[in-house]
Amino acid sequence: MTHVSAPPSRGPRALLFCAPFLLLFAAVYIAPIVYAAVSSLFTVRRSGLGLTAPTREFHPLGNYLRAFHDGAFTSSLARVALFGLVQVPVMLGVALALALLIDSRSARGKGFFRLAGFLPYAVPGVSAALVWSFMYSPQSSPVNRLLEPLGLEIPFFAEHLVLWSVANIVTWSWAGYNMIIIYAALQAIPGEVLEAARMDGASAFRIAWSIKIPAVRGALVLTAVFSIIGSAQLFNEPAVLQPVSAGSLSSAFTPIMSAQSAVAAGNYPYAAAQSVILALLVGVVSFVFFKLTDRGEPA
Amino acid sequence: MTTLHDTRTPPAIRTHSATRPAIRSRRDTSAVSRVTVTALLALSAFYFLAPLWWLLVSATKPFGEQFSGNGLWFDGFALFDNIGRLSSQDGGIFWRWMLNSVLYCGTGALLGTAFSALAGYALAKFDFPGRSAVFALVLAAVLVPKVLFTLPLYLMFSGIHLIDNPLAVLLPSVVSPFGVYLARVFAAQSVPDEVLEAGRIDGAGEFRIFRAIGVRMMLPALVTIFLFQFVEIWNNYLLPAMVLGDDRLQPVTVGLVGWNASHVAVPPALVVIGSLVSVAPLLIAFLALQRFWRAGMTAGAVK
Repeated sequence: MTHVSAPPSRGPRALLFCAPFLLLFAAVYIAPIVYAAVSSLFTVRRSGLGLTAPTREFHPLGNYLRAFHDGAFTSSLARVALFGLVQVPVMLGVALALALLIDSRSARGKGFFRLAGFLPYAVPGVSAALVWSFMYSPQSSPVNRLLEPLGLEIPFFAEHLVLWSVANIVTWSWAGYNMIIIYAALQAIPGEVLEAARMDGASAFRIAWSIKIPAVRGALVLTAVFSIIGSAQLFNEPAVLQPVSAGSLSSAFTPIMSAQSAVAAGNYPYAAAQSVILALLVGVVSFVFFKLTDRGEPA
Repeated sequence: MTTLHDTRTPPAIRTHSATRPAIRSRRDTSAVSRVTVTALLALSAFYFLAPLWWLLVSATKPFGEQFSGNGLWFDGFALFDNIGRLSSQDGGIFWRWMLNSVLYCGTGALLGTAFSALAGYALAKFDFPGRSAVFALVLAAVLVPKVLFTLPLYLMFSGIHLIDNPLAVLLPSVVSPFGVYLARVFAAQSVPDEVLEAGRIDGAGEFRIFRAIGVRMMLPALVTIFLFQFVEIWNNYLLPAMVLGDDRLQPVTVGLVGWNASHVAVPPALVVIGSLVSVAPLLIAFLALQRFWRAGMTAGAVK
């Protein structure tokens, strides 16, 4: 990887190669974060009747204090935390189980099943949510129509179920993607190791538990981090379901929806503060998760 | 970090029959285990495919009957009539949305792939001060999702009056940290240093070497990066939904969600048909180009 005979003139050339990316990166990643962080330090003050134009004043903690006292925002954070705690393990459990099943010697039609699981990934999140909104809607639900003869009906938009209806859409979209990543890690296990275990009389379950799952630990950690980050940015699915949910999905259902409604209400600094809080929380949670799962092995 | 990829192809690209051939003899699995495994896999396939199948079936039913009858079987074929109705709603705006989507995604992915290739190649093949800092920046940006930047972007764009301007969608779309990451991995594994040295000895400039050797050798990888970015832009709903209020500028995802939210003005059946029409090209491209997807995913996954 290191060049023995690298001429010293390569430095400026390399910067030239990186320049288009770095310039745009600065413009659309770094500048907006700085802009948001700075503008979050100002608060918008309106006169009681809203008849005069709102004024801005420098009040560094104002928006942050307000956010932590804003029940809608804090409960959106709690809701998404609960979502992540349940949905991520369930989805990764499904993905791991599918990867192990497809990898097992008893599986037939491996190519087909891998593709079937992976196909929802090709459907944009918003389109997936649209399709599922028809699956859920009382007027159109083919699921409930199939369940009708059994006398069952699932109220997908009921207050206590709607979070899990959203979780199902996310699981549908991403379980197969994660399965492919875990499956690829399974393929990297040397055949001799598995053969040796079999010779020793280990059952398929034992091999899966003691060899295969430890071997895909790195892939599981990685998919978990990406899924946790994905949960924090939950937006598309609930935003699409919201207008058809008959009110059980609030306009501040997730932190991003909450920040967006602050934008819609014209309070940009408050929206900026919410974005900054969310970005910091995501950073802290992924960092802690990496530290907790890192046992000093090279990934 | 890249050791797995420097020496051999990512595992998922290898064809299945080529892996562990000796152990793959199927005689020693019991019938019970085969039936159980197949049944579980079939159940999963039903879960993953049924909504897409429903979409296909419903879009072909006569207009207005999208939600009646058995959702999982055909009932009269009226797909073309339905597409006709889709085309005439709101003065044919659906096709305008499709065109917008293709333009945003195509331009964004093309420029983004070029910029990613340049940066990734430089990170893999040049020694320069700040190289590890640039790479750390790229990795951090891969880990922090774009959506978190969207609201700050909107606030900034409205501060500089760039709302309702296609540039507000295009500029952020062109930047792909994941693309740079992939380009670096692929350049490290597919462009040998010796070939570059040979080019240098022949007196070719670095950019010429990149174009003539680097790009050619990285071409399959660049297709992968293009696909990932195309779909990422197509998937990004929040950004265009926020910065494009004018519905004639919107991409198809934003347009369809707008229709869906206005159930009174637009029949829900049109949303179903529009969803099929907008998703079908992606599914077909996806099926046709599978190996590129898996190359990108596994390269992105093993870190």
